[in-house]
Amino acid sequence: MSAELAEPASKIELPAGVGGGGEIPTFDITLRVRRYDPEVSAEARWDDYKLTMYGTDRVLDALHKIKWEIDGSVSFRRSCAHGVCGSDAMRINGRNRLACKTLLKDLDTSKPITVEPIKGLPVEKDLIVDMEPFFQSFREVMPFLINKGHAPTKERLQSAEDRERFDDTTKCILCAACTSSCPVFWTDGQYFGPAAIVNAHRFIFDSRDDAGDMRLEILNDKEGVWRCRTTFNCSEACPRGIQVTQAIAEVKQAILARKI
Amino acid sequence: MSATEIQSPRSGQIAGKPESGKIAPKYRRNGTSRGNFEMLAWLFMRLSGVVLVVLIFGHLIVNLLVGEGIHAIDFGFVAGKWADPFWQFWDLAMLWLAMLHGTNGVRTIINDYAEKDSTRFWLKMVLYAASAVIIILGTLVIFTFNPCPVVDGVQLPGGFCPA
Repeated sequence: MSAELAEPASKIELPAGVGGGGEIPTFDITLRVRRYDPEVSAEARWDDYKLTMYGTDRVLDALHKIKWEIDGSVSFRRSCAHGVCGSDAMRINGRNRLACKTLLKDLDTSKPITVEPIKGLPVEKDLIVDMEPFFQSFREVMPFLINKGHAPTKERLQSAEDRERFDDTTKCILCAACTSSCPVFWTDGQYFGPAAIVNAHRFIFDSRDDAGDMRLEILNDKEGVWRCRTTFNCSEACPRGIQVTQAIAEVKQAILARKI
Repeated sequence: MSATEIQSPRSGQIAGKPESGKIAPKYRRNGTSRGNFEMLAWLFMRLSGVVLVVLIFGHLIVNLLVGEGIHAIDFGFVAGKWADPFWQFWDLAMLWLAMLHGTNGVRTIINDYAEKDSTRFWLKMVLYAASAVIIILGTLVIFTFNPCPVVDGVQLPGGFCPA
């Protein structure tokens, strides 16, 4: 009986030395995490964690390993863990990325990998920042469809070309990687920031929307699009590959075209 | 069904903005800035930049390359150029555009890097004062330049002017 229950031998020929889960290469890394707990100390500090990780692991997996096996007090946000929800944007080796989309093997594992909260927003604990100023700017550009005509009985039709016009900016997941990579936002927290402009762009160039002028007027503010210095940090930081700087430039041109 | 009244969330400052949580004062935009100053400043930077490329390279070519080139430059050369209204206008345009372009550039740098409002204010005041002095002084020089000044009926030494 027991012989029948045993797993049948694999019919696929595997080279010697490969088999089971152990074949994924492992390596040792040091994760240097920026820690801040206002209940313990007003000063932030760095904590180093030595971990053995697999080649398929991401920075998020390393953080999980720390939190679940070494130090449960490490705090960070993550929801879907697969690059869709935009919760786990953080500054990894000095660049804004999603922890769930950054493979450890793509980083320099010979040196400690630094993980910090995104810059420019108030840190609450460890890697968690207060996103409220970010979302307030997002709200102020009215990121929803405004149509003054009568509501159609079916869907609002749009040509493929009209849809293509704002396709890039529909990809935003509001992770704040762009806004918190912007040097202008670091010193001037009142700047609307790339993410708000991207989400305004999404509706300004939507043929079904009627409030484009109002959004352009909002972004013609002294803290609006003219604050942009085209350093391209935002485009580089965006985990969805949105051409953020280009979207901002298009909004600038739309404001100019409207005024002149 | 009547058309829905749409209000900008920024139009009703007293009625309150749509917000859920508390936001530190550092992040609060205080009021809406009316007017298009920042837009015009942005546009001016682009246009003046293009014009300055023409003006500056024209200036360099005429002064340093044409004819005897750099060896021809002396007091008389400058005096000769400024006797011509064309070069007066050229140099005036160059002075004004370069000064305003540079001043606006430094203004944005101060806006970007100054952290305190008072620091920002005073740095800008110093900047505007310095720019005003240079623009006014330069304009006066271009228009009141006299290569043969006569003081108390006596020709000042120089050797450029007919006795």
